[in-house]
Amino acid sequence: MAIEVQIPTILRTYTGGEKTVTADGGTLADLVADLDAKFPGLKDRVVDDAGLRRFVNVYLNDEDVRFLDGLATPLSDGDSVTILPAVAGG
Amino acid sequence: MRYPDLLASVGHTPLVGLPRLSPTADVRLWAKLEDRNPTGSVKDRAALAMIERAEADGTLAPGATILEPTSGNTGISLAMVARQRGYHVICVMPENTSFERTQLLRMWGAEIVYSPAQGGSNEAVRVAKDLASRNPDWVMLYQYGNPANPQTHYDTTGPEILADLPEITHFVAGLGTTGTLMGVGRFLREHKPEVQIVAAEPRYGELVYGLRNLDEGFVPELYDESVLTSRYSVGPHDALMRTRQLLHEEGIFAGISTGAILHAALGLADRAAGSGQVADICFIVCDGGWKYLSTGAYEGSLEEAEQAISGQLWA
Ligand SMILES: Cc1ncc(COP(=O)(O)O)c(C=O)c1O
Repeated sequence: MAIEVQIPTILRTYTGGEKTVTADGGTLADLVADLDAKFPGLKDRVVDDAGLRRFVNVYLNDEDVRFLDGLATPLSDGDSVTILPAVAGG
Repeated sequence: MRYPDLLASVGHTPLVGLPRLSPTADVRLWAKLEDRNPTGSVKDRAALAMIERAEADGTLAPGATILEPTSGNTGISLAMVARQRGYHVICVMPENTSFERTQLLRMWGAEIVYSPAQGGSNEAVRVAKDLASRNPDWVMLYQYGNPANPQTHYDTTGPEILADLPEITHFVAGLGTTGTLMGVGRFLREHKPEVQIVAAEPRYGELVYGLRNLDEGFVPELYDESVLTSRYSVGPHDALMRTRQLLHEEGIFAGISTGAILHAALGLADRAAGSGQVADICFIVCDGGWKYLSTGAYEGSLEEAEQAISGQLWA
């Protein structure tokens, strides 16, 4: 299973500058664990004890995972996951 | 319609059907034309409401200076109201906004302090908070945390929509300060609990997310996740494609955030049509396309337009 993950600029220090990486996982939590195995330290920047960090948004195929099942959201082959810091408009 | 003055005419916007973009006779799209406000955007409602609340509670005295972080529209609306009520407006605006935003702000008499492109609106908020702390006599209405912002949508936008479309099943709007969605969303949930409240959030070029660390991320104080049913991130390609589709098929000349909102609305419409549901989907036209003409959004191929607006803020 291969899931494409878009990495935001500020986390690319962990991925050797790579903007898009691939990882595996049956759920978003599994995917984050796999990312951390490949790029140690990445996990702590995305999640904390309470779940997703407050200023981090994660989208599965453009939908905010907080409105799916959060870290328990199931993933399928070919899905695309985007990680972004929260920004405002107005 | 007759009003005693311009400010009294804020709101009361038309709701128009979109027969060509609606997928079936049972799944209908409706556009709430917020570009028909005095400065051409939905933000006239929030700006007027915040100023009137600050006048009522004594925060704003005659001749006061108003300071506000804004990607443009709120600043333009504040400047329009302030000009009539006798206040001075200083806007902190990211430098990566369209030239028209600067022109319009100056036209209504606002002063502009530019914040760095990198970090987008988050950076404008930080700069404005810093300026406010050094100028305690300036009044920061602070659209991201001011309850008058969602309240006016609860009091006006929501009831207007429900009166025009009692059969509404979905409401879709943009997510900037979250004022529109929080206010209309709460109102609709109280009156029609089954209505889906859906956010379309713009996904910008990388520059805008170029924060120094993740703790510089920003979630408006007004935001309450429990009001929403779902939230989609819409990139520039989809937003521009839909902005043009709305223009070509329905004749509505809207700004780019409206394209992002339409993209989410059409996704919901397709799903409803696919499962044989009846749906009446209302979405917000946040502003007209006028102030994005110089960006190149409406010219050339989609790829060229996407290139032209990359790194720019459009909500
Ligand atoms: C063009 C445009 N679209 C969308 C929005 C989002 O609206 P709100 O601030 O109510 O979330 C805004 C303002 O913030 C805007 O100016």
